[in-house]
Amino acid sequence: MSGYTKPVPHPNAVSRPFWDAARKHELILQRCAGCGAHIYYPRSRCPKCMSDKLEWKPMSGRGTVYSYTVVWRTPTKAFADKPYVLAIIELEEGVRMTSNVLVAPDQVKVGMPVTVSFDDVTPETTLVKFKPA
Amino acid sequence: MSLKGKAAAIGIGELKPFRDPGDATAFGLMADVASMAINDSGLEKREIDGLLTSVAFAEPGMFYPAAVAEYVGIRPKMFDVVDIGGASGAGMFWRAAAAIDGGICSAVLCLAADTTLANPNFPDFSPFVSLEHEFEVPYGNTLPNCGYALIARRHMYEYGTTSEQLAKIAVDQRRNANHNPDARFYDRPLTIEEVMKSPVICDPLHLYEIVSPSCGGAAFVVASPEIAKRSKHPPVWLLGAGEATDHSSIAFAPSLTESAVKPAADAAFKMSGVDRKDIDLISPYDCYTITVLVTIEDAGFCKKGQGGPFVAEHDLTYAGDFPCNTHGGQLSFGQAGFAGGFSHVTEGIRQLMGRGGERQVKDAKLAYVNGNGGIMAEQCGLVLERRS
Repeated sequence: MSGYTKPVPHPNAVSRPFWDAARKHELILQRCAGCGAHIYYPRSRCPKCMSDKLEWKPMSGRGTVYSYTVVWRTPTKAFADKPYVLAIIELEEGVRMTSNVLVAPDQVKVGMPVTVSFDDVTPETTLVKFKPA
Repeated sequence: MSLKGKAAAIGIGELKPFRDPGDATAFGLMADVASMAINDSGLEKREIDGLLTSVAFAEPGMFYPAAVAEYVGIRPKMFDVVDIGGASGAGMFWRAAAAIDGGICSAVLCLAADTTLANPNFPDFSPFVSLEHEFEVPYGNTLPNCGYALIARRHMYEYGTTSEQLAKIAVDQRRNANHNPDARFYDRPLTIEEVMKSPVICDPLHLYEIVSPSCGGAAFVVASPEIAKRSKHPPVWLLGAGEATDHSSIAFAPSLTESAVKPAADAAFKMSGVDRKDIDLISPYDCYTITVLVTIEDAGFCKKGQGGPFVAEHDLTYAGDFPCNTHGGQLSFGQAGFAGGFSHVTEGIRQLMGRGGERQVKDAKLAYVNGNGGIMAEQCGLVLERRS
């Protein structure tokens, strides 16, 4: 047992490639073969053109902090142990993701460049987080 | 096609929000507010032939409308759940009007009630859909506090909005609550300094910029013009309604600072034919201070990005030049779980009926109500009128 008590994702057939790649420390997202849109979270069809021709593509892992909050207090027990930086990351490819920035609370800034950092929270689960570039 | 003037609110019922649920149940509170609103409307219970309701956090489930109808003891010809979060109350108003205008029914009871008590029958209930459990919750995006903090931070970054400006909203609304005996914080004044000194919960949001979870509920009756003619109180007419959504999880909103309030408000004002400058009071959903600021901007009461200076320069109290959330808003009135958003609708109706008591806005004829669900995700704007 890893002792990790925070909630973990439970992948389904559509999302499993994303989480499997994360375990291998690779960031891949779907790209629509119909309209070229990058898609996150994983879907069965493109939300722009509704095509089901979606291909998994590696991403650069580079992005910027679109916005952030330092969560000092939360009633959610699993996250209440210490403050953490919750952020929306805008990837170079134009897609936004909710994630964490692994940085001291007083160091995070809107617009700051970040790069992907894989967090192996359990033997089965790797979360896609970010650190200052 | 328009709903302008097709139906009116003729009765309201609302509980004073309270902290400790005690023996209260959500269904019990629903029956309380149903009884209050029906009595207030002057109708007999058997005349209520429509029901719109919301699922209480404390007692979730499906097949809800029939369960509520059974509990309250009515047999409606139209019944449904409106599941657009804090916009549900506003959303019910126009849905009721549409059903009335379509000839399906003629007097619709719109209600919600909730408690803060975790129901032992549903220990693991979470309002999140599975996508949020997979892609948001593992990173600690667990509550609305986080989402609105992300919005506030981005608004500060783009427009230079300050915490003091946001605090002013909480303070002016508290002054309204200090004139509303039914507000939870009726007897507690608040200053900008106190807001700024309250603990930071999710940076940049302070404790006193965040709603306090409460138990309570509210209801209103929407009726046809024929029925409205014989109502006890002055009918409050629906002049315009608009609704919009552009995301569910805030990470996927087109913009963090420009919300779907804009298309919803534009549609509502267009239907109403009313000019924004003629609005006597606004009643915008206020789970957080930033919610009010973004709503004032996107509903078109000031320029985009100027919400900070706007709230600093205007008096948002009932006696001021821009009356806003005259009941105190949920920030000072209390947020009764899923029923919280109803208080903005009932206060709009109450003020236009001339029943605002010591917080009555003088000669109030036109109100703008905004319902907001999720993390600025679901928006519903209403323009309401009392005819002279």
